[in-house]
Amino acid sequence: MNEPTRPDPDALLNSIQRAAAAAKRGQLKVFLGMCPGVGKTYAMLEAALRELKSGRDVVVAYVETHGRAETDALAEGFPSVPRRTLEYRGVRLTEMDLDAVLARRPQLALVDELAHTDAPGSRHPKRWQDVQELLAAGIDVFTTVNVQHIESRADTVRQITGTDIRETVPDSVLDEAVLKLIDLPPRELVRRLREGKIYIPDRAAAAGDGFFREGNLTALRELALRLVADHVGEDTAQFRRADASATGPWKTGNRLLVAVGPSPHSEPLIRWTRRMADELRCVWLAVHVENPQPLSESARTRLTANLATARELGAEVVTTPDQDLASGLLRVARERNVTQIILGKPTGTGLWNWFSSGRLLRRLLQESGTIDLHVVRADKAAASVEPQRWLAATSSPPGQYGLAVGVLVATGLVNLGLSALAGPRVPGLVFLLAVVLLALVVGRGPVIVAGALSALAWNFFFLPPRFTFVIERAEDAVLFGTYFVVALVLGQLVARIRAQSESERRREERSTALYELTREFAEAGSRDEVIWQLVSQVGRVFRAPTAVCLPVGDRLVPHPDGTLTLTEKEISVSDWAFRQRQAAGRFTDNLPGAQALHLPVATDGKMFGVLAVALPDPDLPLAQRDLLETFTRQAALVLDRIELRTAGEQTRLLAESERLSRVLLNSISHELRTPLAASASAASALADAENAPPERRRALLAEIQEANARLNRIIGNLLDVARLESGKVVPRLDWNDARDLVQTTLRELTRELAAHPVTTDLPPGPVLIRLDFSLTQHALANLLVNAAVHTPAGTPLEVRTRLEDDGLVLSVADRGPGIPPELLPRLFDKFFRAPDAPTGGSGLGLTIAKGFVEAQGGTITAANRPGGGALFSLRLPGPGPNTAREIPQ
Amino acid sequence: MNAPTDTRPPPTVLVIDDEPQIRRLLRITLEAAGYRIWDAATAQDGLVQAAQRRPELILLDLGLPDLDGLQVLKRLREWSQVPVIILSVRDQEDDKIAALDAGADDYVTKPFGSGELLARVRAALRHHRPPGMDSVLRSGGLEVDLTARSVRRQGSEIRLTPTEYALLRLLVTHAGKVLTHRYLLTELWGPKALEQSNLLRVHMAHLREKTELDPAHPQLILTEPGVGYRLLMLE
Repeated sequence: MNEPTRPDPDALLNSIQRAAAAAKRGQLKVFLGMCPGVGKTYAMLEAALRELKSGRDVVVAYVETHGRAETDALAEGFPSVPRRTLEYRGVRLTEMDLDAVLARRPQLALVDELAHTDAPGSRHPKRWQDVQELLAAGIDVFTTVNVQHIESRADTVRQITGTDIRETVPDSVLDEAVLKLIDLPPRELVRRLREGKIYIPDRAAAAGDGFFREGNLTALRELALRLVADHVGEDTAQFRRADASATGPWKTGNRLLVAVGPSPHSEPLIRWTRRMADELRCVWLAVHVENPQPLSESARTRLTANLATARELGAEVVTTPDQDLASGLLRVARERNVTQIILGKPTGTGLWNWFSSGRLLRRLLQESGTIDLHVVRADKAAASVEPQRWLAATSSPPGQYGLAVGVLVATGLVNLGLSALAGPRVPGLVFLLAVVLLALVVGRGPVIVAGALSALAWNFFFLPPRFTFVIERAEDAVLFGTYFVVALVLGQLVARIRAQSESERRREERSTALYELTREFAEAGSRDEVIWQLVSQVGRVFRAPTAVCLPVGDRLVPHPDGTLTLTEKEISVSDWAFRQRQAAGRFTDNLPGAQALHLPVATDGKMFGVLAVALPDPDLPLAQRDLLETFTRQAALVLDRIELRTAGEQTRLLAESERLSRVLLNSISHELRTPLAASASAASALADAENAPPERRRALLAEIQEANARLNRIIGNLLDVARLESGKVVPRLDWNDARDLVQTTLRELTRELAAHPVTTDLPPGPVLIRLDFSLTQHALANLLVNAAVHTPAGTPLEVRTRLEDDGLVLSVADRGPGIPPELLPRLFDKFFRAPDAPTGGSGLGLTIAKGFVEAQGGTITAANRPGGGALFSLRLPGPGPNTAREIPQ
Repeated sequence: MNAPTDTRPPPTVLVIDDEPQIRRLLRITLEAAGYRIWDAATAQDGLVQAAQRRPELILLDLGLPDLDGLQVLKRLREWSQVPVIILSVRDQEDDKIAALDAGADDYVTKPFGSGELLARVRAALRHHRPPGMDSVLRSGGLEVDLTARSVRRQGSEIRLTPTEYALLRLLVTHAGKVLTHRYLLTELWGPKALEQSNLLRVHMAHLREKTELDPAHPQLILTEPGVGYRLLMLE
């Protein structure tokens, strides 16, 4: 093509669709109050009423009026979507019916109480997630929330009021919203409260007067006002930024990084960073450095919770494996152009604690270069108690403790024998050997236990005086003390090395898996191959049954290569993940009740399908999830590449078909006009020839008929080619008599073959074979007409029918001039006509014959006959004579 | 063309076709052949006229603007057994089979010759002209006497197997009309025989062998490709 810079139409379409999707996202308006009772719901309804009156389609999706008459009256003016009732542990709960609202597709939906926690069994744990889905569907939403429920402010509210806030809404939800503050002076509020005009939710009532004290209310009011003020500032900032997009949005700005660990101190630190990021108007990263030491169950849970908090607060969460915390943090910081790192102030009082965090700080100070460091005092979150690190580390299976004790008992028995020969000190070394060897096999806890037990056993059984815990000689006391320390440290070291090599191995495994996947993907040439690779690699690495769903029409259909059988319910989860472009199912916040984890297989712009994995483990470590997401992302990239390649192929085909349609137009204008001209002129001559002799009139009529027959034939050919091209030729195979076929064909061609004597070599009885009668007859007819047109009148034609073991061969032979050898390969091409061909053909007859025969799985060949003339043979597969003989006579 | 004989009033034909030119041409052709013509340009009008005028034959186009011709046929068949000939540009066998199975008596593809059309019209009318139909049919040297169950070719008796005779009887009683494979199979062997088209082919081959003057060039029983068979009425 001579326009190499022409944009790829698919890419163009894609970007347009993306822009359209962004434009289609609904607008969120949040009516923010400082506490219950300020009239948020009423204000929301009033605002919605204005929208309703201006002609918009507004519905009440969920509004809680708490039985207040004026609010009730206002709410009744709106159409509403009935709530969904579900039962949970015998309690009937009503919730917003998300699907019904989506199906109803209003322009604006009213959803009260954004921070509400949905009843178990709902699609999402939180209502704000329902609202996100409404927005994604292009529905505008009005909603209400109190400032205490805003994630980043929850801490402060707790400090002010002493109430624990459980239901929170991530700040990122507010980022895209228009905030409307519903303000009421605290004194007025207290007055209304006393008059009983305010419904207080039970929990707030339990907090009692404490919450509604005027001092509290003033503080909350200030908090709400500041939140709105910050938000307005953010809006303008974004506007300015968008304006200067040429230089890239973040180029000159700050970028914060907060280190996140399993510690409960991390959470306040994360909130602190969010506030700072808000003030600086910059992006922030939450980074977790995974070190090889295994985490206890509770630590892992806390870490996941901390990272989830960071994500909800709008951070980009990064996890990276590194032996060393400082170098891991600095590596990420450099890679991502971080300007400031936020760390927690060491809070521990222990010597070790002081030493380790001091070392981290010193290293960061030395190596951070241009990056600023913030060391922030972090309050411990309210009720959580940090379990002792080394106790947490002892969570090994009980079997390992049993093994440790067993080994010690056996070693003790050996030592009893040895001590008789070698005195009381040798058993100590043997015990030490046993402990070190144990460390190779069992975890830290059992090693510590074994070290302590062996020291005591050595003292009790072997060190004089024996069978007491008393040590007689100072020398032995030193030996015992040294032994104790050496056993513990050695055991710890070995266990740590083992844990390191374990994590090394896991990382190795991960990179190998990724490497293999990339390699296999590189070789995959088709979509099916990519999917097969994805399914088998994920299945192998995660040891889990896996399935991939692909869109077919407007539905998702599981790919047959999947090893996981998806129920209707699981497919609907996949469907949700596909439509929302979000992970869903197990380990996520979307439909967490599902059996499998459903990850969208998508690049930035395109969705290809959904990967469903039924992981056998009870939880999914972050690294594993990262790996899984990398897998799907890789697969999506390869699928994208394959699609682009196919698109390129299609462009080439398109060009080819453009050329063909030019030929076609030329051909049609000539081929159709010629007989039309003949017919028209003959008709007008006939009209003028009223008194002409009958022979002349008959001749003219014959011309008209001839021209019409030719027109009809050409149009028929064009239609046949169109059918072939569109793939609409579906053969209807049925038992047929080949003899009947030849006879019928010849009978219908009487006119066309009038100038040629035709001989046949038909066998006497029926020749049964399964074929499509019409298609075959058509193909044979085209061969016969072709022969008649390309041979001089009077040339004999011969139709041969031969039934072979593997099918039927029909051939048409003539004794005409034959086919020039150089034309043989192009004979069946569309619109191909021999240079010296007589007029009247369209260059389609043989193409159609070939298409019709091949549609039935047959072949067609052309050759020159020995002795002159051409021979066309069509061969149709099928059980032949054997079956025919079985037919009852 | 010979006008239908005898003193009965001219047979009435309703043409349902949305093309004015086709309606004009059909009117010219059919009136010249002695028929009385009504025409309708829409399915709606056609159905109303069919009910009011009770024509003896309907020529129906499949591509009507307001309702597909096949639907018109189905509605018509709910209350009337009037012979219907489909006139259509659709030449795919699926369309033909669908129309014939829905109760059409014949299927003529456009463009058609007037002679061919008139022959089909006569054949379609013949079956529905009760009760004067002869029990003896003569066509192209073949003579079938349905009461005597005898078949003669060129005057000499030929022997048919029971199945061949049953097949011939079906063709004869519907002479001039296409009988679909499905119809023949069900009539001969019952509804479960639809897969046994090979049986039909074999019996048809033998029947032709016995009835055609020149079995290598059958003139009497014609194959309608992919659709079925038709026994021609030859002079």
